[in-house]
Amino acid sequence: MTLEAVKPIKPWAATPRDRAMTVTSILLAALTTFALVASTPMKGKLAYFFVFFFAWLAIDSLFVLRKAGVKGVRNGLAEKLTFLGALIVIMAVASILWAVISRGLAGLNFAYVTQTMRNASMFDPIGNGGIAHAIFGTLLLITIAIIMSVPMGILTALYLTEIKGKASGLIEFLIQAMSGVPSVVAGLFIYAAIILNTPLRPSAFLGGLALTILMVPTVTRTAQEVLNLVPRDLREAGLAMGATQWKTVALVVLPAARSGLITAVILGVARIAGETAPLLFTVGTFDAFNFNPFVGQNSALPIIVWSGLNGGAAESIQRAWSAILLLLIVVLVIFISARIFGKKSMKK
Amino acid sequence: MTMSEQTESTTPSSLSAVAAARAEKKVAGTSPLGTGLEARGVHAWFDKHHALSDVSLDFSAGTVTALIGPSGCGKSTFIRTLNRMHEFIPNTSMAGQVLLDGKDVYEPGIDVTKIRLQIGMVFQKPNPFPSMTIGENVLSGLKLAQIKTSNPDELMQECLTRAGLWTEVKDRLGAHAGGLSGGQQQRLCIARALAVKPKVLLMDEPCSALDPGSTLRIEETISELSKSMTVVIVTHNMQQAARVSDYTAFFLSDGGPGQMIEVGPTNEIFSRPRDKRTENYVTGRFG
Amino acid sequence: MSLDAPEKTTPQARKITTKPRVSDQIFRGVVTAFSFSALVILALIALFLFLKGFSALKAQGFNFITSFEWTVFVDDTGKEVAHFGLQAMLVGTVVIAFIALFIAVPLAVLTALFLTFYAPDRIKKILITVIDLMAAFPSILYGLWGYFVLMPMAIYWAQLINKWLGWIYIFDVPEPIFARSPFIAGIVLSVMIIPIITSVSREVFSQTPLDRIQAAYALGATKWGMIRAVVLPFGANGVVGGSMLGLGRAFGETVAVFSVLNIVYRTNFQILYTQGGNVASMIIQKFGEAGKTEMSALIAAGLVLFMLTLGVNFFANYIVTKTVKSGR
Repeated sequence: MTLEAVKPIKPWAATPRDRAMTVTSILLAALTTFALVASTPMKGKLAYFFVFFFAWLAIDSLFVLRKAGVKGVRNGLAEKLTFLGALIVIMAVASILWAVISRGLAGLNFAYVTQTMRNASMFDPIGNGGIAHAIFGTLLLITIAIIMSVPMGILTALYLTEIKGKASGLIEFLIQAMSGVPSVVAGLFIYAAIILNTPLRPSAFLGGLALTILMVPTVTRTAQEVLNLVPRDLREAGLAMGATQWKTVALVVLPAARSGLITAVILGVARIAGETAPLLFTVGTFDAFNFNPFVGQNSALPIIVWSGLNGGAAESIQRAWSAILLLLIVVLVIFISARIFGKKSMKK
Repeated sequence: MTMSEQTESTTPSSLSAVAAARAEKKVAGTSPLGTGLEARGVHAWFDKHHALSDVSLDFSAGTVTALIGPSGCGKSTFIRTLNRMHEFIPNTSMAGQVLLDGKDVYEPGIDVTKIRLQIGMVFQKPNPFPSMTIGENVLSGLKLAQIKTSNPDELMQECLTRAGLWTEVKDRLGAHAGGLSGGQQQRLCIARALAVKPKVLLMDEPCSALDPGSTLRIEETISELSKSMTVVIVTHNMQQAARVSDYTAFFLSDGGPGQMIEVGPTNEIFSRPRDKRTENYVTGRFG
Repeated sequence: MSLDAPEKTTPQARKITTKPRVSDQIFRGVVTAFSFSALVILALIALFLFLKGFSALKAQGFNFITSFEWTVFVDDTGKEVAHFGLQAMLVGTVVIAFIALFIAVPLAVLTALFLTFYAPDRIKKILITVIDLMAAFPSILYGLWGYFVLMPMAIYWAQLINKWLGWIYIFDVPEPIFARSPFIAGIVLSVMIIPIITSVSREVFSQTPLDRIQAAYALGATKWGMIRAVVLPFGANGVVGGSMLGLGRAFGETVAVFSVLNIVYRTNFQILYTQGGNVASMIIQKFGEAGKTEMSALIAAGLVLFMLTLGVNFFANYIVTKTVKSGR
């Protein structure tokens, strides 16, 4: 008896007969659906969808009942329900993506991304005026937010992972509380604290401040997770060589966690890039480039979308869709880079 | 049997003496349900790795068979092919047949949950359901299989008694299972497995995580159980195999897939093993 | 020779001290200072919202929360008369948040179960990426999509519900106007919070102890039987925690709700009807033209919202960290 001749099999895998049964039940369900919908006053995609689903459930249950009894039917039902749930979620996402791409593309052209609204109004036909200044504004806001929230976020994470002082529990709790602050409250806070109390007026800087409040918790939590992944031996090696703690952190720990920290920053940016509400209180609107972050109102992609939507006219709404398409592309790029950097830091 | 068992030597003669004594106690011919369990040419793979090769074993009805051998030689993998738990690990495959009462449990179209009702399993680490009470745990198998029973309380008492746990928990059947000691939890798992009236009970090192007192109790239970079902027990402890089993099978892997080297009545395996490798193992030269 | 053994006393442990180098002291000082910034910021937020909102709070008293009138005008004598009551908006916030939970939690749990126990590997990875991506969508995108794409469909659904279930109070409408209703806002919100609930649920489901799962299968359970007996009891706390996180987000949503809800100052439980409110979007709506008094009231409203979401998030995080991270 040659043992090499024995072939591994999976007797539990779906047999062709099982597959045939599934296909048959789907076909039967489809037929039933058409028959039912044609003969009753139901109409529309909703009708087809749900009738098909129930018909399929019923027919498949009959097949399963024969094979595995009542508990088999429950099992089959549960499996299909979970599939339905996931399907609905996917359909929602697909619908959103499709809407943005199909509606936004129409308004995108070279003029749109290179001109400003200085000489145009959003009610003008497309081709007149663009949102280059808003793209710049968004980038400016992101930069300001990064400058302020990265040191705060990473230093707080360092406190939690390196110093581990007595206040760690409190700080963690506070960071979690901060992550729940609604974006409108962040904007309102800057308004109440600064605009109402000081001579400062809406500007990119104030917008960046509001966004910082929203960004710091994300940066801190991700940085904390990443720093905790750095093996203890690395730190001990540094200290054993007689280095001070801060030198160990600066020269050993931080470089080891570098790609993870970059991920933390990128995730933070993804969190705030699309925020609208805080900007409405703190940045105002502007028609053209404003390179001064501290003086004068500014613009940003979400603000364009907001005004376009509220304008109500077809042209302004078209501009809104195109602006959101651009914004979504920005967010997607940020998201993908976070993934790439995230994988790199995991590999370490 | 006392604690001095722990210092008992592992010379083949003493082990076989224990096994012989047990064989005498067993009344021949008491036969329970069915014709028993038979494995024919069973192989198992994890992905491309050939873990178990060509194992054929016949477990006669009403007997206790111990599977011994060093770690990693495929005993646990084999036992899991018997009740079709092997297929839960992703990317596994098998070959061969496992016959319960003459019918292959791997036949396509068969309802695997029914197989597992007839071939029960007790695991190495006790795993009662913590969200259920003790009573609910015992009956959980029935609930999962949607089996109706006319008298659940009676069944509960019967199973807990057979598992040797009734007197300790009869007043607190409504308490949560998590409050029991390790040994008690394991006996609860045995009671739970018994409630669905299996023909075969598989035990994967059931006592290795327990204290000697609990181990003793469970071994007594196993002896009782063998009167009404077939038991297959994987164990690292050769004294346990000698105390508890009628037949013993020795598994070994020499770097390749695990194989069953030799099987026979327990006292023969320990006193006159036919294969040199078996002899080396039971005399303690390795493993 | 004395037969007593010599007295042995265990020595006291020595106190180990080290004087950190100056550079380290500076390091620790700086890091600690920045970390307390979180505390400082939160405290400041509460402080300023309170300060600036104080005059409105003082004038209205407890009525601020319970009354549901929001008017400010100048009467015949030139005096400014103001009534600010948040009740309608608070109730509205809770109503649409709960509609959102009602839709989102079952969908999220089903999706999480599908991902953990049913989906083949490749599909699982793709789906997880898609859902994570969903969490990154800007809220105003949901507003646009909600208004232009979802609303026409949702109006149809609302008409159906009203037709068949209109005898129940909440599904009845005084007039057949279904656009921009709490129902539609709730649907939009539910899509926004599904990612976070799915994420947390998935994490806790995948931590179900393997030995319990095996015990259920060894007893002859089907996959669904195993899920009901082992996974759901184990994961219940995590799902609740995730849902509360979603709830916190739903309370504070602004622009998405503003686009699909007609903000009217009346408490409305007839969710299919075009009338509703939510504190956050009310703030946005009134902000542009608010005079000094009204501004104070809006800021006070922001304070109330802040307290509300803080409470929910605190509770949610408590549950999530207790169950998910420690792996019950």
